[in-house]
Amino acid sequence: MDSLETFRQEARSWLEENCPPSQRAPREGETVAGWGSPEFLEEAKQWHQRCANKGWTCPTWPAEYGGGALSKPEEKVLKQEVGRIGSTLPGGSFGTHMLGPCLLEFANEDQKRRFLPDIVHGRVVWAQGYSEPGAGSDLAGLQTRAERNGDEYVINGSKIWTTGANRADWMFCLVRTDPDAPKHEGISFILFDLKSPGVTISPIELISGASEFCQVFFEDVRAKAENLVGEKNKGWTIAKRLLQHERAMISAVGGGPPSSGATKKKERKVRRYRGLADVALDYVPSEDGRILDAELRERITQNEMDGICLSLTMRRSGEEARAAQGPSHTASLFKWYATELNKRRQEILVSALGTQALGWEGEGFSPNEIQQTRSWLRSKGNSIEGGTSEVQMNVIAKRVLGLPD
Amino acid sequence: MALVLTEEQQILQQTAREFVSANAPLTHLRALRDNEDATGFSRDLWKEMAQLGWAGLIEEESNGGSGLGHAELGVLFEECGRTLVPTPFLSSVVLAGGCVRAGASEPTLRQVLSGVAQGETLLALALDERPHFDPYAVETRAEKDGAGYRLTGKKTFVLDGHVADRLVVVARTSGQAGDRDGLTLFLVDALSKGVTITRTKMVDHRNAARVEFDGVSTDTVLGEIGRGADILDPVLDRATAVLCSEMLGLMTEAFERTIEYLKTREQFGVKIGTFQALKHRAAAMFAELELSRSVVLETLRAIDEGSPDVPTLVAVAKARCSDAVSLISREMLQMHGGIGMTDEADIGFFLKRARVAELTLGDASYHRERFAGLQGY
Repeated sequence: MDSLETFRQEARSWLEENCPPSQRAPREGETVAGWGSPEFLEEAKQWHQRCANKGWTCPTWPAEYGGGALSKPEEKVLKQEVGRIGSTLPGGSFGTHMLGPCLLEFANEDQKRRFLPDIVHGRVVWAQGYSEPGAGSDLAGLQTRAERNGDEYVINGSKIWTTGANRADWMFCLVRTDPDAPKHEGISFILFDLKSPGVTISPIELISGASEFCQVFFEDVRAKAENLVGEKNKGWTIAKRLLQHERAMISAVGGGPPSSGATKKKERKVRRYRGLADVALDYVPSEDGRILDAELRERITQNEMDGICLSLTMRRSGEEARAAQGPSHTASLFKWYATELNKRRQEILVSALGTQALGWEGEGFSPNEIQQTRSWLRSKGNSIEGGTSEVQMNVIAKRVLGLPD
Repeated sequence: MALVLTEEQQILQQTAREFVSANAPLTHLRALRDNEDATGFSRDLWKEMAQLGWAGLIEEESNGGSGLGHAELGVLFEECGRTLVPTPFLSSVVLAGGCVRAGASEPTLRQVLSGVAQGETLLALALDERPHFDPYAVETRAEKDGAGYRLTGKKTFVLDGHVADRLVVVARTSGQAGDRDGLTLFLVDALSKGVTITRTKMVDHRNAARVEFDGVSTDTVLGEIGRGADILDPVLDRATAVLCSEMLGLMTEAFERTIEYLKTREQFGVKIGTFQALKHRAAAMFAELELSRSVVLETLRAIDEGSPDVPTLVAVAKARCSDAVSLISREMLQMHGGIGMTDEADIGFFLKRARVAELTLGDASYHRERFAGLQGY
């Protein structure tokens, strides 16, 4: 048995012992706590703590910062095993997916030791201070100032579209530390406590009715100079790297069918792509299971096909990167395509549900239908947040195709 | 299985690319057209390709072939697609040859297929009867006549049918147009009495034929009577997949030429590639190209693995490639401006071949409907 197989066995028995019933697909004859119930939440917390103690909320991070110290192949095996029992690794956050990888790459030893373990254990919730009212697509045009004063920086300005700032503890923030330098060269990457005096947070209500974003105002907010990551005025490099991690995270949500690698050959059945059709069939005229509206059928098919092609391309990109064969694709292609694909999908679902997708609240609509309406509205932001589709296409034209500026 | 080429496949690709660019660059097709070549492709070139082992690539070694898979075949089709070189590869080896491979018995099997693998024998599949691909819509009748059958009917768009030595004919022994059951495949000598072949010159400067059967006698049945679709369906899937590889080569070349033009052509004192209107359209083409490549590679590998997903994947691949090749060839012309309209520039060749390939073996609309049918909605 090779070492990877040994690890698989270890992971399997650990998961068997430690993953609470409500956090995975229930075993035969098992009753589990319902989603959202107090018991469920208690078990969710337990599951998170157990994984965090093992470093498996951040499986590949070094052990000295609380990580799982797994190799990439071991991480893949772990995810397969977690998937096998119908669970997911807990604790995914801005900290684990965006800030953490950047700290590992750019932070000094002291910063790593102070911030990474809290991310692993989910003890500190992070907010992303990037966009400003005057700096959206042109992020490097940001104006929030940070001026050095002794061993502190004094921050003034405002950030917008800050996800979950009202529930966050700390912020990683892009600030201008040299107003006279060219715009990309006067930016620094700094961390500070959102409970500091001078921070005001106001939630923004979206067209979907949710308020996941906030605007955050800074008035003489004091941040310790030792919490500036990397070199002063060199923050743009870190900012860009963090955006790559963000794009990868967003496009992964776009989803699609699982890779064929995950299916064992013996169990192969014809794969089904009926996600949209099955929803539509509850609402549109059909004959023997066939959707009669030819245009809707065509739109559904096109969307399913696009999803298959996208997920195959993401798989190929990963394989090419490993084989170092040919030019690898940028995260930009996937971010752009996955979000546009999801917007089209939401439009199709609304078309399929007809007026049942047009309810806002109250009687006459099922919770799923209301959720559909909200998801459709929310999806409009997919191609704006994390860099608009237009910005992604610019990146592709420049970085991948080499077209001139 | 991996979606990247193995080392052996990369070597095959390199060899093929060198051979095609040395012996059959785009000027090859142009010369065949300008000289009004009666065959429409070069028999000598095809024999050379056969000597390289291309025509027998997927043939069993016992039939004089190399016993390789469709992943390798796709590599060759893609390279041929880049320079638009016309060959009887699809018609003779994959389509008609595929039917013989699956349905013929000895000694016909070995005799016909070894001739095909050597590039000596040319086969063609007589299937279509209407302007739109619909493989079960066959009205050509086969009536029992003593020990054999008599074929009567009209076929159209028989690829390379004008030079075929033998024809695989899809005829109806029972049922009616549209039925899957009742189709039977026959092997017919092109010189048989009652066979009338009319060459049809297509817009891509390749050739097909209208073939009329007027009580043609034959006793060579491929497979079982009435069960022809069992042979035909997988053959059409495989042929469609490698045609997608050819389309991939075509669109890759068209895309690369267009990007190069955007980087060199100047107007208003700047390179036209600086214009965002063109940049975004270039990025959209790039996405189509990348998505096409992924699904074509997956489809070829699924065929070689004998996966049950082949029909679904073929439908996805052909729909995607048909749309992508159409988009890229049209954008290629538009972005080249006036020069793209001239025969002297090669752009028209790409547009024309793209259009024919798009419709061959079913267009995007056909394959989307097929996908929906396979998925049961």
